[in-house]
Amino acid sequence: MNLGASRDGYGSALLKLSDDPKVVVIEADLGKSTKSQMFRKEFPDRTISLGISEQNMMLVSAGLATSGYKPFASTFAIFTERGFEQVRNGIARPNIPVHICGSHGGVHTGTDGSSAQSIEDLAVYRSLPNMLVLHPSDDISTEYLTIQLANMQSPSYTRTVRNKTPRIYDMDSVTNLEIGKGVTLREGSDVAIIACGVMVSTALQVADNLSNEGINAAVIDMHTIKPLDGELIKSLAETCGCFVTAEDHSIIGGLGGAVSEYLASNCPAPLERIGVKDHFGESGQGDELLEKYGMGPNHIAQAARNAIARK
Amino acid sequence: MTTVQDGNSSQFEIDILLETAKNCRRKIVEMTHRASAGHPGGSLSAIDFLVALYKTRLNVNPSHPKDPERDRLIMSKGHASPAIYAILNEMGFISEQDLTTYRELGGVCQGHVDMKWTPGVDFSAGSLGMGLSFGLGVSLAARMDGSDRSAFVILGDGELQEGQIWEAAMAAVHHEVGNLNVIVDRNRIQNDDFMDVQMRLFDVAAKWKGFGWAVKECDGHNMEEIVASIQWLDTVKDRPAVIIAHTVKGKGVSFMEDNPAFHGAAPNDEQLAIALEELK
Repeated sequence: MNLGASRDGYGSALLKLSDDPKVVVIEADLGKSTKSQMFRKEFPDRTISLGISEQNMMLVSAGLATSGYKPFASTFAIFTERGFEQVRNGIARPNIPVHICGSHGGVHTGTDGSSAQSIEDLAVYRSLPNMLVLHPSDDISTEYLTIQLANMQSPSYTRTVRNKTPRIYDMDSVTNLEIGKGVTLREGSDVAIIACGVMVSTALQVADNLSNEGINAAVIDMHTIKPLDGELIKSLAETCGCFVTAEDHSIIGGLGGAVSEYLASNCPAPLERIGVKDHFGESGQGDELLEKYGMGPNHIAQAARNAIARK
Repeated sequence: MTTVQDGNSSQFEIDILLETAKNCRRKIVEMTHRASAGHPGGSLSAIDFLVALYKTRLNVNPSHPKDPERDRLIMSKGHASPAIYAILNEMGFISEQDLTTYRELGGVCQGHVDMKWTPGVDFSAGSLGMGLSFGLGVSLAARMDGSDRSAFVILGDGELQEGQIWEAAMAAVHHEVGNLNVIVDRNRIQNDDFMDVQMRLFDVAAKWKGFGWAVKECDGHNMEEIVASIQWLDTVKDRPAVIIAHTVKGKGVSFMEDNPAFHGAAPNDEQLAIALEELK
């Protein structure tokens, strides 16, 4: 199977951005893990190590950005949250274009256990004005979207993941991606499965299985959580009439939260949310944890049937 | 705009700085009185070295407040915003009318200093402990640009209780930034009470020295000492430098001096009259 980990796409994007002399990479010790070290090896003079100090990293990045640089700062998703108030007051509030990447998002992170599995990052960053929030589904789309970020005038948070999952895009199809626009990977008329991150490939697999039951499910890669592609959701409400969201994140406040807010305000429709149901994770293999927490293929399929039944 | 040069400050030049500081003090008490809110104590303790920095050292231009080659003044203790607004007014960045908008809806002068609202403000503060990291980023950028522009970060002593300050202090020495300068407003009082009650710092200079900084202490209300200390900052090229300015909270207004009650409280009508009389 053709596999990739989105964190590798972040590293390769930084290398591809290196022609821009204003791009600088900021690390808080975890460059080996977030893959920013791919940039460090080639461009040590434009890589700033700050040791294990996430709060410091956020404001050093802000200072660089106000001086004309394009800082890409990364650590584990969970540890970006160590600097949350720094992001809020020091980056988002003055709208300084700092690009934060949180790797190892979600319970899929696996055996490191609950301390390393951020299940709330999308929710907290989505709540901040001015922030772009991205969670791409594979390495190829992560690379493509990260490169787009370099010319954004807003700060951003991008969640990547540790483990390899089936690739969704190739070098041709990825060029259709645009920040803020969801991608319809599969057309459907009975139910729309809106997924992000590692759940996108699972959603495609589920849609295939559902077609054997005569259920025609649309699958959306909602790689941008904020701004949410409301137009796409509205059109899906018309064509499909019900929804499932699937994310490796708390069902509170992330993709499921964003979609439910949009639906409630604009075009009410049944919605089933697949995600972590308001509890912390534990050690285990990524797929084992998704299965245990009701986020596996069978759970998504059942959620689709339930949503259809509520129409 | 340089009025004092090369360590040879004349009494005339010092007198100008003192007069400017007194003007700023009047503005600080007037602003906080008008708003019935704000932080006069820490503004009055910081104003002398702020006046000296702006008048004798900072390369900033009110006609081009966003000039990329300007020095950066980063007011990390952002609650002492009246001090910044007063000196920015003296320097021609903002008007007397702007000062009357302090803490008012839509006003140029926000409650805490904010780069999005006020010309001449380079950092949005209000949450303590963040300005030194920002200053480090600014300093690293200047070095990568091959520019000799400098960063001057103003920290409160209470703010040194924040862990992020020491993350940044460690990183600044690691990166050997010679263009990063700090002034600590050592007024010994924080929001709730004297620091010796709330959380003692013990030997502040020793802490910075322990992190590898170049350290100088001065009387933060003695203008000759302040000017000489600011000149000393530029002699330190191989590492960051910090001045511990020993100050008095509420300096210049008798009933505010060394009084924790005026950290975050405005003078009433009667108190304003007394303060303005004392600041004639």
